[in-house]
Amino acid sequence: MTQAFRIENSGLINRDKKLSFKFNGKTYLGYEGDTLASALLANGVHLIGRSFKYHRPRGFFGAGVDEPYAVVQLYRNGETEPNIKATEQELFEGLEAKSVNCWPSVNFDIGAINNFLKIFLPAGFYYKTFMWPKSFWYRIYEPFIRKAAGLGVASTKHDKERYEHKYEYCDLLIAGSGPSGLAGAYAAAKNGAKVILAEDKPRFGGSLLTSDVNIGNQSGKDWADGIIAELKTMPNVVIKNRSQIFGYYDHNMLVMSEKVSDHLPSTKKYHPNKRLWYIRAKEVLISSGSIERPIVFGNNDTPGVMLSSAAKEYLKVYGVLVGRKPLVFTNNDSGYETAIEFKKHGVDPVVLDSRKNAESEIIDEAKNLGINIKNSHVVVAAQGYKKVKSADIASISEDKKQLGKIENIQCDCICVSGFWTPTIHLASQSGNKTKFKEEIDAFVPGESKQNEITLGAANGIFSLDETLKTSFTAGSELSKKITENDNEIAIPNVVEKKSSQHDKFWCVPLPKGKNYKRFLDFQNDVAVSDVEIALREGYRSIEHVKRYTTLGMATDQGKTSNLNGLQLVSEIENKVVPAVGHTTFRPPYTPVSIGAIVGREVGKHSKPTRKSPMHSWHEKNNAVFVDAGVWLRPRYYKRGNENLFDASKREAKNVRANVGVCDVTTLGKIDIKGPDAAELLNRVYTNAWLKLPVGKARYGLMLREDGIVMDDGTTTRISENHYHMTTTTAQAANVLSHLEYYLQLVWPELNVNVVSTTEQWAGAAIAGPKSRDLLQKLFPNSDVSNEGLPFMGYMEGDLFGVKARIFRISFSGELAYEVNVESDYGNFMWEKIMEVGAEFNIQPYGTEALSTLRIEMGHVAGSELDGRTIPFDNALEGLVSKKKDFIGKRSLQRSAFTAEDRQRIVGVVPLDKQTSIPEGSHLVKDDKAPLPNPKLGHISASCWSVEYDNPFSLAILKDGKNMIGQKLFAMSPVKNKVIPVEIVSSHYVDPKGERVRS
Amino acid sequence: MLYINCPHCGMRSQNEFSYGGDASVKRPELNKEVSDQEWDNFVYNRKSLRGKHLELWQHISGCRQWIKVERDTTTHEIFRTFKADEEVA
Ligand SMILES: [Zn+2]
Repeated sequence: MTQAFRIENSGLINRDKKLSFKFNGKTYLGYEGDTLASALLANGVHLIGRSFKYHRPRGFFGAGVDEPYAVVQLYRNGETEPNIKATEQELFEGLEAKSVNCWPSVNFDIGAINNFLKIFLPAGFYYKTFMWPKSFWYRIYEPFIRKAAGLGVASTKHDKERYEHKYEYCDLLIAGSGPSGLAGAYAAAKNGAKVILAEDKPRFGGSLLTSDVNIGNQSGKDWADGIIAELKTMPNVVIKNRSQIFGYYDHNMLVMSEKVSDHLPSTKKYHPNKRLWYIRAKEVLISSGSIERPIVFGNNDTPGVMLSSAAKEYLKVYGVLVGRKPLVFTNNDSGYETAIEFKKHGVDPVVLDSRKNAESEIIDEAKNLGINIKNSHVVVAAQGYKKVKSADIASISEDKKQLGKIENIQCDCICVSGFWTPTIHLASQSGNKTKFKEEIDAFVPGESKQNEITLGAANGIFSLDETLKTSFTAGSELSKKITENDNEIAIPNVVEKKSSQHDKFWCVPLPKGKNYKRFLDFQNDVAVSDVEIALREGYRSIEHVKRYTTLGMATDQGKTSNLNGLQLVSEIENKVVPAVGHTTFRPPYTPVSIGAIVGREVGKHSKPTRKSPMHSWHEKNNAVFVDAGVWLRPRYYKRGNENLFDASKREAKNVRANVGVCDVTTLGKIDIKGPDAAELLNRVYTNAWLKLPVGKARYGLMLREDGIVMDDGTTTRISENHYHMTTTTAQAANVLSHLEYYLQLVWPELNVNVVSTTEQWAGAAIAGPKSRDLLQKLFPNSDVSNEGLPFMGYMEGDLFGVKARIFRISFSGELAYEVNVESDYGNFMWEKIMEVGAEFNIQPYGTEALSTLRIEMGHVAGSELDGRTIPFDNALEGLVSKKKDFIGKRSLQRSAFTAEDRQRIVGVVPLDKQTSIPEGSHLVKDDKAPLPNPKLGHISASCWSVEYDNPFSLAILKDGKNMIGQKLFAMSPVKNKVIPVEIVSSHYVDPKGERVRS
Repeated sequence: MLYINCPHCGMRSQNEFSYGGDASVKRPELNKEVSDQEWDNFVYNRKSLRGKHLELWQHISGCRQWIKVERDTTTHEIFRTFKADEEVA
């Protein structure tokens, strides 16, 4: 098929480059510079899809971002993307697209019975019909609705494309490159301001690309081209096409989505598909223009009915005729521009002007060209199913209530202009309370809330002359404030033929005895009758009417429907439009790819990954890693066919029998220095710290002010005024902030400095009965005997020439040490430990074995210190000083915290000594009790005790102190398990703690 | 995203900061007898003001200083910012 509707001598497309593309399986040709919409129209394709609810045939209504119908499924380079507007998608070689919302095909759509069977789906239909019987919902209604609805399918494959985020700062951000945007940008740029000019379309110039105006003795387009060319040479200007500013957030932060590659058959190497810009602007000029408003009439959704500005754009930008027998239906001068453009290309339009008499230069021109103009005439209904074939037209009385005799005239398209609606989305998002402007029947921005000014048509100014004057001035004034330059700009002369007078008329009444569907919202199939029903049923707030009817809730966010909906409500309610109010505009202005929003933060980049200096050793030695916060830690080291259970058991056993080594680099480390360091520790920890000698470590417990345990760890006095604090891996950042809070805000008089040294030290825990023998070999010149380095002792040592810190502390409950060296020597330390430890049968152990060792010792960790427990609950009340005050102490006096039957940590063993108890299981007295079965406690951590070779768990149990010896049930509905258990002491192994001191 | 003037570093985006709640709350002195009510007010009870609010933020991804920010909770307008030890007049 040739491009039968393409005309010569018109358009900005590149006719030297033909592109072939497929739509619904059929191959067509277009040109470089086309959109999918213009290329289809050039080939005479008007049927693009089916409507959302009634599955009525859908054509093209607009030519850009306002398009409500032409949403397609796009296929590009092996990927597919739904919800693509054909009017925005640029054509590339090999493009493939399919209709959505139709099955089995766009020409024969079964869903269209919704339209013919009179199961008309009025407002609230789904709410009313599918409410009962309840059981029908999942089985019948939902699957049906799911199949019938939707705007395409999301790909289930991994997205190969790359998306970037960029942060930018500028003096002036200008949203839209029409006349006001260009003037504002130019004036600001001339004053040396750092300017970003954003245009969502591929071509700059906005309305100047299609309007018949002269600026400074050039055509509007030539003037725009000149300005753009000059802006591009200026180093202080960033000028971006295909870039939609879609959100205006707090403190002048705007977000822009730049389509970098969507217009190409595939994304170039090293290029992103889209780039999301976070722009912090000192000043914002909103020059987003306006969108033409439809006039509502019967069957106004028939393919071939479109905005008159769109018809003109297809002609002037793409050289495409949307019809050969056009009917222009207008209530203002804009329709004449379109009619004249048709006429210039040898096509005879008929103009229906709802105005009785209107005069302007452009109307005179139309008359002189011999265009057939019918004043006080309207389209009553479009006729034709898949394409407009004719129109029922009639004269209309001056009060717009009475129709004259209906006559049918042949036409193949109806170009509608109901005047213009300013695009105020960004202004509204900025917090600007918009106001209704009577002369233009639309909302415009009110008082600025942030540093934003709305210019030109977006501000309801439809005269080009006034637009340019105010925009040049705004650009100059705002930039002058910032750069203190003041370059005079000569404002060019403007010749504009059309006036901005229009008829306050938006909906054609129904003729007697006719029941045409008159659509307000084209994407969501909301008709005049739906809004009438909603109001009859008592909905009053415009927000409720919107949600009940779904008016303006489609992906186009009601760009072409909102105002007409408001007009209708105000008419029925007999209120003025501003009293009806309008719904709030929220970002995004237009749909934005999830990929663009996510940016690079996908897969392993979704969070930072922290690795210890020994990570590569662990990798080489078959470590299986586990996420510990953002750290990767070895969970176990796999040997042969071992699984987690076998390996962790082997590793834990070896610690109990010989010696093991565990990477503890991830523990938080905070360096604390200053004469008041001990005083700080004394205030943040529950236990006493003032008398800790140099060279000694102490276990400490930290509370929040509400008495809940925040963290635990050991702190070592390195020298007189120097302490080394450790925190749990998870709480490291919070503890630092906590200390800083008290030092900076509460006790600034304390002379202490804290700094995180987590990354500066690599740590290895050496645990097991043979750990001292190993340590002695690692540090032959140090006295690491029980006397030389007693439990909770500290010394510095020389590890084969590397300075090391040696702490005698234990988490495993065995005789154990922690050795720290500077991170760069971490791997060296580890290799030496493994090498020297070989004769003691050393094995590395991971977090799973570590857990086993601490659980059977009854040592608490994150699963007990879970933000809900106090020291008593963890059997740590011995660490709570009675003498001194500390953070959170006063809260421990709360009656619930001192209750006799307060929850407390216990050990739990299954009676059969076989069944492992799932973590999270509830402990109950009676497993047969009716639900809700009173919960006495929960299992916080479970392991396989290597000491006793049976399962062992820790639990936080109500009145735990008096429950030892009781028989209860551990119930896990999630795992479907009921396990009879016995409550035992939480100190299952070595209850007297003799090993650590041995 | 808010744009906060750190008194130590200058204008920085909100994602460099973490929020720290009401800055007008004063911790009772250590070792002082405190009534239940007084302690509850310190730990739990907050006004949740609508309008001008003096609050704490920490510049965690910057200088790590805790600062005070006077902000309108309805409009997000930030009027002034203060160093931790600066008196708020
Ligand atoms: Zn700072």
